[in-house]
Amino acid sequence: MTHLDALEHRSVHILREAYANFRQLCMLWSIGKDSTVLLWLARKAFFGHVPFPLVHIDTSYKIPEMIAYRDRLVAEWGLNLVYGQHQEALAAGRTFPLGAVDRLTCCGLLKTEALARTLSGEGARFRFNHATGAYERDPNTEAYTGVIVGARADEEGSRSKERYFSPRSTRNQWDVGEQPPEFWQQYKTEFAPGTHVRIHPLLDWTELNIWQYIAQESIPVVSLYFDQGQGTRYRSLGCAPCTAPIASTARTVEDIVGELETGALAHVAERSGRAQDAADGGGLESLRRGGYM
Amino acid sequence: MPIVVVGHVDHGKSTVVGRLLADTGSLPDGKLDQVRELCRRTSKPFEYAFLLDALRDERDQGITIDAARVFFRSALRHYVVLDAPGHVEFLRNMVTGAARADAALLVVDAREGVRENSRRHATMLAMLGVSHVAVVVNKMDLVGWSQAAFTAVADEMRAFLGRLDVVPEAIVPVSGVHGVNLVTRGPEMPWYTGPAVLEVLDGFTAATPPADAPFRMPVQDVYRFTRFGDDRRIVAGSIESGTVGVGDAVVFYPSGKRSRVASVEAFHAAPRTSASAGDATGLTLDEQIYTTRGELAARVGEPAPHVSTRLRASVFWLGRAPLVPGRDYHLRLGTARVGMRVEHIEQVIDASTLTAGPGTEVARNDVADCVLKLDRAVAFDLHADRPDTGRFVIVDDYEIRGGGIVREALADGDEAAREMVRLRNRKWEHSRIAPDQRAARFGQRPAVVVVTGPREMDRKGLAKHLETRLFEAGRAVYFLGMANMLYGVDADIDRTLASRHEHFRRLGEIAHLMLDAGLVLIVSAAELRADDLDILRVSVPDERLLTVWYGAADAAEIAADLALPDGASVEEAGGAMTALLTARGVLPS
Repeated sequence: MTHLDALEHRSVHILREAYANFRQLCMLWSIGKDSTVLLWLARKAFFGHVPFPLVHIDTSYKIPEMIAYRDRLVAEWGLNLVYGQHQEALAAGRTFPLGAVDRLTCCGLLKTEALARTLSGEGARFRFNHATGAYERDPNTEAYTGVIVGARADEEGSRSKERYFSPRSTRNQWDVGEQPPEFWQQYKTEFAPGTHVRIHPLLDWTELNIWQYIAQESIPVVSLYFDQGQGTRYRSLGCAPCTAPIASTARTVEDIVGELETGALAHVAERSGRAQDAADGGGLESLRRGGYM
Repeated sequence: MPIVVVGHVDHGKSTVVGRLLADTGSLPDGKLDQVRELCRRTSKPFEYAFLLDALRDERDQGITIDAARVFFRSALRHYVVLDAPGHVEFLRNMVTGAARADAALLVVDAREGVRENSRRHATMLAMLGVSHVAVVVNKMDLVGWSQAAFTAVADEMRAFLGRLDVVPEAIVPVSGVHGVNLVTRGPEMPWYTGPAVLEVLDGFTAATPPADAPFRMPVQDVYRFTRFGDDRRIVAGSIESGTVGVGDAVVFYPSGKRSRVASVEAFHAAPRTSASAGDATGLTLDEQIYTTRGELAARVGEPAPHVSTRLRASVFWLGRAPLVPGRDYHLRLGTARVGMRVEHIEQVIDASTLTAGPGTEVARNDVADCVLKLDRAVAFDLHADRPDTGRFVIVDDYEIRGGGIVREALADGDEAAREMVRLRNRKWEHSRIAPDQRAARFGQRPAVVVVTGPREMDRKGLAKHLETRLFEAGRAVYFLGMANMLYGVDADIDRTLASRHEHFRRLGEIAHLMLDAGLVLIVSAAELRADDLDILRVSVPDERLLTVWYGAADAAEIAADLALPDGASVEEAGGAMTALLTARGVLPS
C-alpha cells in the first residue's frame, strides 16, 4: 500500500464515521483543490455518491472561473449544492476594498459570519434544483451538527493543532487549549445540544499529497491553478481582491507536483498570496478561533 | 514516519528535537543564525530548545511551520514529530500524538534518572501499542560521559519497560546540548558502540497493517443509495486485520449471521476481487442478511472473536472526575457503541510506579484493572491476540475520557442462549423475499414493542390500544400477551423464577420470527427486569427492540425508551408510543 493509498483509506474511514454519526451533516466546498479532493474522497467513501449537501460560502467576490467550475461539477456529478451569502453586509456595502472596512472585517462578515449563519440556518440557504437548473431557497433550515472541512495540518500553524473531529461551542468558537483526546480511530461523535463538530479528513495530507492525488485520480481542478502563459498561477484560491498569484510556470498537474517535489516553493508559505492572513498578524489562529475554516 | 518524543519535564525533549532539526538541515534558511543572534543580543546562552519556540513564532511571519508538529528528514525518509514538546503538556495530547505515532523516543535525564512522567509516559506507550520504542539517556555531558551512570539509568528503564512487556529497541546515551549520538556518533563515549538516535529511527520499519492475521472488519454502515438509482447493498468498513475475497464465507458477530462475499466494491478504481488490512472497503453479499453498524465481520474457518456483555480490561482514565462503579458510561469498541458500567475495580495501578492496590475509583491519569458490564453483547478480541479489535474507549457525558484493552472475556450467563442463536442463524433457511421488500410492502420497519410496568397497571389494555391504532392506520401489527405463550409454546416448562430465563429466551425467538415476517409485534409483560432485556437482546437486534414503562417511574428497573406516567390517558399514551415508533424509523414520518 502506498502512502497515498493509506491517506485515502484513512480519510474514507473518517467520512464514513461522520456519515454514520451526524444526522445534519454537510461538507464545505470552497472550490479550491483541497476541498475538491475531499469531495472526490466522499465519492470514494460512498461508492460514487455524495449523500449530504455541499455548502459553499459565496462572498460574491470569488473569481468568476470558480463559480463556473462549481456549477459545472454540480450538474455533472449530481451534487446537492447549497450556498450561503451574507446578503445584509453586501447590501450595506460593508466589504473590502469598495466599502469602508478593512480586509479582516470583510473576511469576518462575508466568510466567518456568513458561514456561521449558513450552518445554523439563520442565514438564507440556496439549493441547486437539478430539474430547473437554477438555485432556489433551501427549505431545510435546521442547524448542521457535523461540518466536514478540508483543513490540512501542514497548511499553517493553527491548523496543526486540530483533531480529526473537533468540537465547536454554541457560539461557533474553537477552544484550542481544551481539546478532547483522540486515539484508536475513535472520534468525538457525541456532542451537547447547540454545539457542532468540525470534521477534518485531510488533516494528515500535505500540499504535495493533494497534487499527487489529483494527478493519480485525474480530478478536475480550476484552471486558475495553472500558468496560462503569463508566468503566474494561483497556489491558494480566495476572493479576487485579496488573492494574488505566485510566480510559476507550472502548466499542468504534473508540473505542480514537480515544483513541490524539487522544493522550489519550500520557503514560501502556501497561503502567502492570501492577504487576510498577513492582516491577522500572520496566523489564521484568531480568524479560526472565531469560526473561520 | 510519525514519531513522538516523551519523558519527564526538563529531561531535554525540546533540546533533542531541536538538535534533530538543526543537525539534519531541516530548518528554514538562516533560522539557526537568527536564534543565535537573538540569544547574543539578549545575553542568553544559546539553547537548541529555543529553536522550537522560534519555530512557533515563525507562524507570525507566515511561514508554514507548525506549532504542534515539526518536520525533519534523514537521508532515508521524512519524520514528523507529533505533539512537539514545549507546547502545553497534557496527557490527553500526549495520548493523541502517541496513538498516531509509529515510534517513540523516551527521553531520560542521566543525572535525575527515571522519574514520575518517564514511567507514566512509558505506561501509556505500552497501552497505546506504539510499535517501536527507543530510550534516549540525555545530558551525558553532565555525568562526565560515565558508562556507569548510563548503565544505571538504562538498567532501571529497561526493568520498568519489562514489567510493561515493552522491549526498547535501543538505549542511546546522548548529549542534546553537544549534539553527541543524535545525528552522528561522537568520540566522547568510546565505550558505546551502538547506533546514534537518527540511525535507530532509520532502522525502524513503518507499521504495516496485519494482512496475514484472521479477518476482522467492524461494520461501519450498510449502504443502499436507491435514491441515486443505485441498488447495490454494500457492507462498508475498514479492515483491521486479515484478508477477504469474493466467494469467501463471512460471519457477522454478535448475531452469527453468515453469507458469502459476492463482490468487492470501489469507486473509480481498478476492479478487484479481494481486500485486506488497512483497506477502507465495501462488500456485497450473495445472500441478503440483516447486519448493521456495530457488528464485527470475520471469516468462516478462522478463529472467531469473543462475544460477551462482561469483560476484564486494563483501563486508563483522562477525565477530571474519576471513573467510578455505578455511573453510566458508553463503551465504543470498533464501531459498536453500548452502555457500560464498571462492575468491579480489581486494582488501581499508580501509572508512575506500577504499584497496585485496591481502589474504589480510577483518578485522572491512573490505570486500573476492572470488570466492565455492557448493556448488550459486543464482539471483540483479546488484546494479546488482536490489538486492533481488542481495545476500546470510554465515553462520559459526550467526551472520550478513557481507553482500555481487553484482557479476558468473562461469562455473563447468556452464553448458551447466544450459542443457540448463532446456530439458528447459521441454519436459517432464507426466504426469497428480502427484508427491504417486506418493509416496502408494509410501509414500516419491523419492531418489537414491550409494554411493561408494575403489576397493577393495565399494560394489556395499553398494548391492545396501540395494536388497534396501528392496525386502523394500515400497519401490519400483532399483539402477544405472556399468557398466550405460557400455555402453548411454554407449556413444557414450569413457572418458577428459575425458568424465567427460558421463558424470555422463547419470547425472544417468537419475536425474531415476527420480525423476520416484517411485523410490528406488541408484547405486554409485567415488571420487566434488566436481565430479562439482556436475554431478549440475545435474540432480537437492539435497534429493533423498544421498551415502554407504564406506571410510577421510581419502580422501573430498566431504562425504558418511553416512560408513561401513572395518570396518562390511553389516548395520550397511544400518541406518545406512535411518536416513538416514528422517531425510531419504524413508522414513516
